[in-house]
Amino acid sequence: MQNAKKEIILFSGLAVLVLWVLVAMGPAFGVRVLAEASCYAILALGLTIQWGYAGLFNAGIMGFVALGGFMAMLFGFPVNEDFWNTDLPAQLGGVGLKALFGIALIYGSTKLYKLGFPGKKLRLTLTLVLSLAVYLWVKTSLDPVASAIESQAGFIGGFGWPIWIGWIVGGSLAGLIAYFIGHICLGLRSDYLAIATLGIAEIIKAFLKNADWLTRGTLTVSPLPWPGPGPAEIGFVAARAVYLSLTAVIIAGLVFLLYRAYNAPWGRTMRAIRDNELSSSAMGKNVNGRRLEVFIFGSVLMGIGGAALITFNGIFDPSGFLPLNHTFLIWVMVILGGAGNNLGTLFGAVFVYVVWTMSEPVALYLLDVMRNLGEAWFAWEAPADLDSRALQARVFVIGLIISLVLRYAPKGLIPEKVAHHT
Amino acid sequence: MNEFIFFINIVVISGAVIGSIYALGAIGVTLIFGILRFAHFAHADMMTLGTFLVLVLTALFPAVGPAIGLPTAFVMMPLAMAATAVIAIGIDKAFYKPLRENNVKPVVMVMASVGVTLMLQGLIRFFAGTGSQSLFVDDRKAIFRIDLPFESASRAIVVTEPQILLFLFLAVAVVSLHLFLNKSRLGKAMRAMSDNPDLARVSGINTNTVVGVTWIIAGALACAAGTLLSLDVTLKPDLSFMILLPIFAAAIVGGVGHPYGALAGGFVVGFAETLAVFNWAFLLRPLEQALPWLDLPNNLAFVPTEYKITIPFFILVAILIWRPTGIFKGKVI
Amino acid sequence: MALIETNSIYAGYGGMNILNGVNMSIEQDEIGVIVGPNGAGKSTTLKAIFGLLNVNEGNITLRGEDITNLSPDKLVHKGMGFVPQEYNVFTSLSVEENLEMGAFIRKDDFGYMLERVYSFFPDLKDKRKQPAGELSGGQRQMVAMGRALMVEPSLLLLDEPTAGLSPLYMNEIFDRIVAVNESGVGVLMVEQNAKQALRIAHKGFVLAAGQNRYTDTGENLLNDPEVAKSFLGG
Ligand SMILES: Nc1ncnc2c1ncn2[C@@H]1O[C@H](COP(=O)(O)OP(=O)(O)OP(=O)(O)O)[C@@H](O)[C@H]1O
Ligand SMILES: [Mg+2]
Repeated sequence: MQNAKKEIILFSGLAVLVLWVLVAMGPAFGVRVLAEASCYAILALGLTIQWGYAGLFNAGIMGFVALGGFMAMLFGFPVNEDFWNTDLPAQLGGVGLKALFGIALIYGSTKLYKLGFPGKKLRLTLTLVLSLAVYLWVKTSLDPVASAIESQAGFIGGFGWPIWIGWIVGGSLAGLIAYFIGHICLGLRSDYLAIATLGIAEIIKAFLKNADWLTRGTLTVSPLPWPGPGPAEIGFVAARAVYLSLTAVIIAGLVFLLYRAYNAPWGRTMRAIRDNELSSSAMGKNVNGRRLEVFIFGSVLMGIGGAALITFNGIFDPSGFLPLNHTFLIWVMVILGGAGNNLGTLFGAVFVYVVWTMSEPVALYLLDVMRNLGEAWFAWEAPADLDSRALQARVFVIGLIISLVLRYAPKGLIPEKVAHHT
Repeated sequence: MNEFIFFINIVVISGAVIGSIYALGAIGVTLIFGILRFAHFAHADMMTLGTFLVLVLTALFPAVGPAIGLPTAFVMMPLAMAATAVIAIGIDKAFYKPLRENNVKPVVMVMASVGVTLMLQGLIRFFAGTGSQSLFVDDRKAIFRIDLPFESASRAIVVTEPQILLFLFLAVAVVSLHLFLNKSRLGKAMRAMSDNPDLARVSGINTNTVVGVTWIIAGALACAAGTLLSLDVTLKPDLSFMILLPIFAAAIVGGVGHPYGALAGGFVVGFAETLAVFNWAFLLRPLEQALPWLDLPNNLAFVPTEYKITIPFFILVAILIWRPTGIFKGKVI
Repeated sequence: MALIETNSIYAGYGGMNILNGVNMSIEQDEIGVIVGPNGAGKSTTLKAIFGLLNVNEGNITLRGEDITNLSPDKLVHKGMGFVPQEYNVFTSLSVEENLEMGAFIRKDDFGYMLERVYSFFPDLKDKRKQPAGELSGGQRQMVAMGRALMVEPSLLLLDEPTAGLSPLYMNEIFDRIVAVNESGVGVLMVEQNAKQALRIAHKGFVLAAGQNRYTDTGENLLNDPEVAKSFLGG
């Protein structure tokens, strides 16, 4: 009962906050913030599954987000005639075939033992050398094609398909990458997963930023088409509201699904594994298999959420992903709201995002006051880039909140309700 | 011959420099891993923090270096190392110790270190901005050219003073650490606690002291690594995660909890990086003259420089698949 | 006054009590042996005495002084040594370093104590530079005991010092324990090899389900047909 009361207070507070933003900043801005918050909520649900259900540390959320966004761009962006009307697609296809052939070769070389090829060390060496050779071969054939694309067509453009196909592909690709990472790391110490996901996020970011022929790199791609009517057709407020309802439907579906899964035997197994790894592995449950499922599922959500977020922003800018800072904004949403509790996670996502957005004008305003006072009283010359510094310094607040929550409210504001099944 | 000198300058010296930096960072990370049992995500920003302290000290006393004949920043480094060590202990007391006493899982400690790293980042960016800065405030970087006594060698081997200082510092640090860990009572206690923390407690070893010593060593080395790196290039306040990944890779390659492994791992990762981004076309050019049918592309680097970050990642993945305990068999998996 | 005494202690890991009123006491010159079926709470008793888990009820006294719930390092200072059942040596440290770690709290020169431990366990002297992880099971037990002896404790707690050893080696270890005891160290140990252990025991405690079942001299327990039938395997 105590809990229900607390939840009502928290959610009413959130409603007041949202209303205030809507009124104070105008409906167009307010709905925008809400729509973005809903995209973050999908990301946060993905994380709450990974961290809250299974205790998996994903430090690379922004990698999955960028990947989802890239897929949305690739599938949804209009066709680039400059590219398709040349022989470049054929050349690119040729490189693709080479790559496939090379991969088949490498895969074949790992199966050589079936032919009775002697020596494990020798086979390993062979595979490694072959991989390196294939890599160099594909790379040297790709490089000229890539620069030809860049000079003649800019980049390959999109497929001009409905953008939601890109969302789904983005989610699947994120899941695939999660499968590889999880497969390698999940049997090992929990810290290794954090390190590996951090690495993969940096790599995805580096790739998207530098593969100009694919993504236009720092030139960015815009405008991305929306799955519903765009602002040009029905105006900002209405279009954003339609978008928001779309993401809201996705979230509602997810929450329903998660609710079912959480209370199913699967969810119980998950919690058993999270809370007491040793005894559940002793009970003969496939701990790593379960965790891999969770890790993949969560990452799929991150891919989809990322696609939704970047589609909403309308611009694909690979250098705009500050991997860790935004990754940990999502972490704050989850651990502040209550890891493992979907309602808490949603609360955390909306609350943190609204506060985060509003903190920008507030920080600038405070700084302005400070600067004026400083000049008036102490003849203090503020550094010219003080504004950008102040915004950058907001990561301090993220870090502080993480530290405080871990110490004083490790279960979050709306803790997971542990159902005791016996 | 010139190609060979070029190779020495670009690969051997650069690889050794970056390898030494990674090694200094990885030794700290691996000690924390061994004693406190979590991956310390705040290590890179602790490096930046230490370097920033050096910068402040250098700006305050710019004349000290020229008087001695060393870069001012290097003269200030010991002071900043001590300060960083104290800060590291303070951070532990404020953020890690309360969690440790609640017996939280290692991942929660990782999370806490992320919180700390974000706070450090925020502070550093607020006070230092995000632009690059030079640690040479009032003095200039000395550069040594070593001409080789060969007819065909028109180029010289180039080493900078900071690079020499880095190698010397690393050698001194490793020898001192070795002596400390193997000869002193506290050093042995550190190894004991890393080996078996419960038994260490039961033996009456003062675990708080050992934890404190760990932070002192890790903090001081982090400060030194950051400073020496920034002396060689420039101080980039937002380096953070870019350098964290190779350091973790180095620590894991060497086997976590294993300081000599971290040393070796640092060089493995450092050289792998430099070799991967090195343009082999330079070395093979003479071959092209000898063999007219050979047509070398201009760029024969394995990995473009922009993708350098993939190297430590692949090393990490490879070691996790092939031998998760690291080449020197760290004991913690 | 008894060297160590537990007055109906209740303790456990987390919520539930594993020990439900354990009483034991031994004098300074005695060896006390705790026997009982697996899971009876024998190790738990030693851990509770050594401050490794919370005692919820009852109290523990060392020579009359209340030491309930003191932390292990304080107890080491008070002259207690503990050898756990498992993982009881620092495997990556040499034998001698293991012993030095036992003496961590000592500020004086403890060289003579090293010699004394080597004279108790001559096998170790040749292996002093070898990592403890490379020793045989029996040698490890010696290292573990030696480590605990380094502070010259007045009370030594041993958890199954002969687990997994051949009968010959087991007797060897028991001889050492008797020798240690005769040098003035009280010993409280848990043993699975109940008969042999009770033979050297001054006091024996049969524990079952977290409670004393029988408490008597070692000899009387050995000769008690009831005890023999239910706990000593006939
Ligand atoms: N770390 C622990 N956490 C929770 N319960 C534990 C723990 N260690 C032991 N127990 C439980 O306490 C009970 C007593 O264990 P204890 O180790 O004291 O048995 P024991 O008498 O020493 O048995 P054995 O002869 O097998 O060593 C057992 O039921 C065991 O499951
Ligand atoms: Mg036991």
